[in-house]
Amino acid sequence: MTDRYTLSESGVASLLDALAKAGRRVLGPKKIAERIEIAEIKTAAELAKEGQSTVSAKGTVFPKVERLLKYRFEGGKNVALEDVEPNARPTVLFGVRPCEARAFHALDVVFNWDYKDKFFNQRLANTTVVAITCTKADESCFCTSVGSRPDDPAGSDILLSPLKSGGYVAEVLTDKGKALVALAKAAFQPLTGAAEVVPAATVAPAFDAKLLERKLAGKFDSPVWLEQSLRCLGCGACAFVCPTCVCFDIQDEADTRQGQRLRAWDSCGMRLFTLHASGHNPRDKQSQRWRQRIYHKFAYYPDRFQTLGCVGCGKCSRACPVDMNLKQHLVEAAQ
Amino acid sequence: MSNDNIYKPYLMRIADITEEAPGVRTFKLEFANPEEGAAFKFSTGQFGLYSAFGEGESTFCIASSPTRKGYIECTFRETGRVTSSLADKDVGDIVGFRGPYGNVFPLEKWKGKSLIFIAGGIALPPLRSVIWNCLDLRDWFKVITVVYGARSVPDLVYKHELDEWGKRTDMKLVTTVDPGGERPGWTGKVGFVPHIVEQLAPPALNTVAIVCGPPIMIKLTLPVLAKLGFGKNEIYTTLENRMKCGLGKCGRCNTGRSYVCKDGPVYTLAELEKLPAEY
Repeated sequence: MTDRYTLSESGVASLLDALAKAGRRVLGPKKIAERIEIAEIKTAAELAKEGQSTVSAKGTVFPKVERLLKYRFEGGKNVALEDVEPNARPTVLFGVRPCEARAFHALDVVFNWDYKDKFFNQRLANTTVVAITCTKADESCFCTSVGSRPDDPAGSDILLSPLKSGGYVAEVLTDKGKALVALAKAAFQPLTGAAEVVPAATVAPAFDAKLLERKLAGKFDSPVWLEQSLRCLGCGACAFVCPTCVCFDIQDEADTRQGQRLRAWDSCGMRLFTLHASGHNPRDKQSQRWRQRIYHKFAYYPDRFQTLGCVGCGKCSRACPVDMNLKQHLVEAAQ
Repeated sequence: MSNDNIYKPYLMRIADITEEAPGVRTFKLEFANPEEGAAFKFSTGQFGLYSAFGEGESTFCIASSPTRKGYIECTFRETGRVTSSLADKDVGDIVGFRGPYGNVFPLEKWKGKSLIFIAGGIALPPLRSVIWNCLDLRDWFKVITVVYGARSVPDLVYKHELDEWGKRTDMKLVTTVDPGGERPGWTGKVGFVPHIVEQLAPPALNTVAIVCGPPIMIKLTLPVLAKLGFGKNEIYTTLENRMKCGLGKCGRCNTGRSYVCKDGPVYTLAELEKLPAEY
């Protein structure tokens, strides 16, 4: 049984105040110029309640660039290593879409299936997710085709559903959610009587992910991958906006006295990703790299981790400079 | 929650450098912290990420045998940013090492069998680890044969060890160089590795073949082994996909459902045929 409260518009303001006083960083969707970005939220008015951010909220737990190691070149031939901590600030991810919250599981399985990645784990442990049910979706959305829905509670600590009369119903789903309510008790009022919520957005299912997985088993050599990717630039934009893409690069940055080892987002769509030192490239063609993207998310992920590597947010389709639409391509692949 | 930094390397001191071939060197590496060295264990077939601090990390196998304690060796060709920086290092310098990672050659399973190792060029290092491991456990195995080819005589690596293996009476070494790669005084064979294996015609009965080399050599050697009667579960290879983490996360070595860094690098031909040919 989940705890349910109402959170009024003024309650949101007092919640944000309470979080600031408690030293919590609050990130959420915010309109900056023409884009929605995941940025610091200081006032309730700054929150973009509808629409998808361009880049996902993934950076909260898996930053674009982060330091894994520091070292100093000491006199003579010696090197001194300095371990680093992620310095994960207690963070509330406020007002994100449910697909963003759900995506953390797809990252978690990779960062923890064998070796445990403390950088990801400490950030995730210090992040409380308050999602808002989607009341608006667009043509690129396909959450209902990948086992989710616009009011999916998976991955959220608190799920907010907008009320017709303003404010939200707040469903508290986890201990982290309870701890957040405890921080700002005055903001959350007991739910009394019938609350009329704004209906969740309608996202018509476009394909069956289980059927797609079965079809992919026999489609590796299909011409469909070449046809779909002939216009692909290999720019990697789809991976960089994606909430579940987890592939990364590791690079050193140093001067003559000291250096650091950094991890940065990467994309299987790029030629250098798999290029061997010998010049041999196992995925030499863009069509092979496009196929890898599809198979990794919709065949290898479910096979290995019993979950899809996609939440159907559609960010990749909106970001693609050559209008490759993932939903349409998957519908085609599932035929 | 574990607070270990899985990306933190061991500091290793270069104890010795051997020039193997043009641009190819072997480092003998000792743990800068002897306690870490004493606790370190690996099995043959495993690999690691070697770092030139300031430049980054590169993936190579551990080229020494786990039967030789207290150090590890790696052999690399100067090719990119990291290997060029490593090539500039001297004895006494510090490099980084993360590992051991990946699966292993199943020596227990091979007990009582004959072994034939087939290697080409710079692909001898991963097999050198397992060859020495098997020679150090010599009574576990019947006939041990090594076929090693390179483009030319100067390109052969581990020249001193090839001499030693050639003189041993408890193993058979066949070396070959590509036509035109021979030099005055060359007493080995001249010809491509697959042809040499075909001429040698090792009996497949109760024998395991371990093959490592450039993709073209592997591609042409496998049909020869099939013709000789080697089963797909009796042929092993080790893959060298590009890697960044070695920990089953960065996604680079992902081939089909396999992470080469976790499920590999050692595969039987039967396992390999289940993967897309993206290696």
